Amino acid sequence: MLREMTIGQYYQAESRLHRLDPRVKLVGTLIFIISLFISQKVSCYVAATVFLICMIRLSRVPFLHMIKGMKAIAFIMLITVFFNLVFTPGEELVSFWVFKITSQGVRNAIFTAVRLTYLILGSSLMTLTTTPNDLTDGLEKGLGFMKVFKLPVHEIAMMMSIALRFIPILLEETDKIMKAQQARGADFESGGMIRRVRAMVPLLVPLFVSAFRRANDLALAMEARCYHGGEGRTKMKPLKYKPWDFRAYVILFCYIALVVLFGIISPL
Amino acid sequence: MSIILDHVNYIYSKGTNDEVKALDDVSFEIKDGDFVGLIGHTGSGKSTLVQHLDGLLKATSGHIYYNGEDIYDRDFDMRALRGKVGLVFQYPEHQLFEEDVFKDVCYGPRNMGLSEKEASLAAYSALKAVKLPDECFYVSPFELSGGQKRRAAIAGVLAMKPEVLVLDEPTAGLDPEGREEILDLMKELHDTRGITVILVSHSMEDVADYAHHIIVMEKGKVFMSGTPREIYSHIEELESIGLAAPKVTYIMHELKRRGFDVDTSITGVKEAVDSIIGAVWNA
Repeated sequence: MLREMTIGQYYQAESRLHRLDPRVKLVGTLIFIISLFISQKVSCYVAATVFLICMIRLSRVPFLHMIKGMKAIAFIMLITVFFNLVFTPGEELVSFWVFKITSQGVRNAIFTAVRLTYLILGSSLMTLTTTPNDLTDGLEKGLGFMKVFKLPVHEIAMMMSIALRFIPILLEETDKIMKAQQARGADFESGGMIRRVRAMVPLLVPLFVSAFRRANDLALAMEARCYHGGEGRTKMKPLKYKPWDFRAYVILFCYIALVVLFGIISPL
Repeated sequence: MSIILDHVNYIYSKGTNDEVKALDDVSFEIKDGDFVGLIGHTGSGKSTLVQHLDGLLKATSGHIYYNGEDIYDRDFDMRALRGKVGLVFQYPEHQLFEEDVFKDVCYGPRNMGLSEKEASLAAYSALKAVKLPDECFYVSPFELSGGQKRRAAIAGVLAMKPEVLVLDEPTAGLDPEGREEILDLMKELHDTRGITVILVSHSMEDVADYAHHIIVMEKGKVFMSGTPREIYSHIEELESIGLAAPKVTYIMHELKRRGFDVDTSITGVKEAVDSIIGAVWNA
C-alpha cells in the first residue's frame, strides 16, 4: 500500500521535461498554479487541462503512475468538496436535514475539486521529472536574488531537498515497522476510530525515534564532510540555460497570457 | 507438524516498470523442531521469504501450508498464525515503543487476546528466557544498550509463545560477544523448549555451528538445500555465488592438500580440533 505513494518521488525516464532546467520547471509550476487561481471561468480551465495533458504526455511518466499518488489525498478532497457543496449560500437546489445544496455550491465544489487535482498533478509532475538534487540547485539559483534580503536561500533549499529525499525513506521505514508490529499481532485495519488511533501509537513512536536518529546521523555525516552552509560552496555541475529552456519560457509566457486573456474576454 | 512452501512466487510492484521477481518458484519443507539456516546475499529474497512465513506478504502464486492448513484459505486465522510463527525482524529494537521494557514485551501477548495477568506472566518468562537483567525490566527501552535492546525485542516476540521462531539477521550490527550471546540463546531455546528456529543470515559462520539444515537462496531461487556437511562440500558452487564456507572448512581443505588425513566435510571448530589431533597422532 505504502509503496504506491508517488507524491514527491522522482520517476526515472528520458524526456524533454526531464532534461529541462529545474528553474524553468519551478517557474512553470508556479505559473501553472497561478493560472488555476486567476479566474473561475470554464475556458481558463480548458486551457489548463490542455496544457497539463500536453505536459504529462511530454514527461513520459505513465498517467496511471501519477493517478496512484492521488489516492493519498482523496480524503482531503472529499472533505473540501463536501464543505463547498453544503455550506455555500445561494439559490437552493435540494435540501435535507440541516444541509442545503445550492447551485453556487455545486459550481464551487466542482471548481475546487478540479483545482486541487490540477494543483497536485501539476506540482507532482515537477517532482516526478526532477531529481531532488536538481530541485535544490534550481531553488538555490532561482531564489539567489533573495540573499540581498538576508534570506538563507541555500539553507532553505537544502532543507527542502532533504525533506523530499526523506519521503521515500520514511515511507519504507513505516512499512517495515508496520510489518514488525503486525508480526506481534497488531491490527491496524479493524475497530472503531479510537481503537484505530490507539493502534497507531506502536507505529508512530518508533517512526519518530527513527526519524530523529536518521536526522542525527545525517547531520553528523554532513559535518564530517565539513559542511558549513552555502558560503563559498561551488558546484560541480553549475546550472546553465540551454536553447530549449528559453523556448520553454516562451511557451509558459504564451500559456499564462492566454489564460489571462480568457479570464478577461471569455463570457463563461 | 511442519511448514511447507509449494511453488511460491512473489513479484514486487507488479505491473509497473520496476517489477522485480523476488521469489521464483520456491518450494521446501521445514520440519517441526528443526534448526534451519537460511542463507543468501543481500537481495537474494530471504527477507521476502520470511515475511511470507508469517503471512505479512501474500505470494503472487503458490501455496504455504502451516501444519497442513493452507494459510491463504479464507477462513484461516492469520493473527493466530502470527502468534505461532514469531517473526523477529532485522534490527528488531527499532520497533520498541512502550514506556518501559516490560510493557513493550506485553504488547504481543495482549494482542493475542491474553488477559493482563497472563500477558504479564508470558512477558516475565520471555524476559527471563532472553536473560535480560531484572533491573532492566522497568526502564525505558531506549535507555538499554544495543545488545540489551535486541534481547528485549526478541522477548517481545517470544512472549507470544511461538512454535516457530524466525529471525532475520539477528546478529546484524552486534559485536562478536553480542552475536554469540544471541546465537547461543537461539540454540538454548531450540534445545530446551523444542522451538523450531529459522535463522536468516548472509554469513556462513553464523549458521554453521548451529543449524541442522541449511537452505541457500540466490536470486529468489533455492540454490541448495541440505545438511551443513552436504552444503559445505560444494565450496566452489558457494563461491560462485559470492558466499564462502566457514573458515574451518578452508583450513581442513588446506591441511588435506598438504597431506594430512583430515575430514574435509567438517563445519564446527570442535570437530575440526578432534580431526586435526587425530590426523597428527596418526602421522
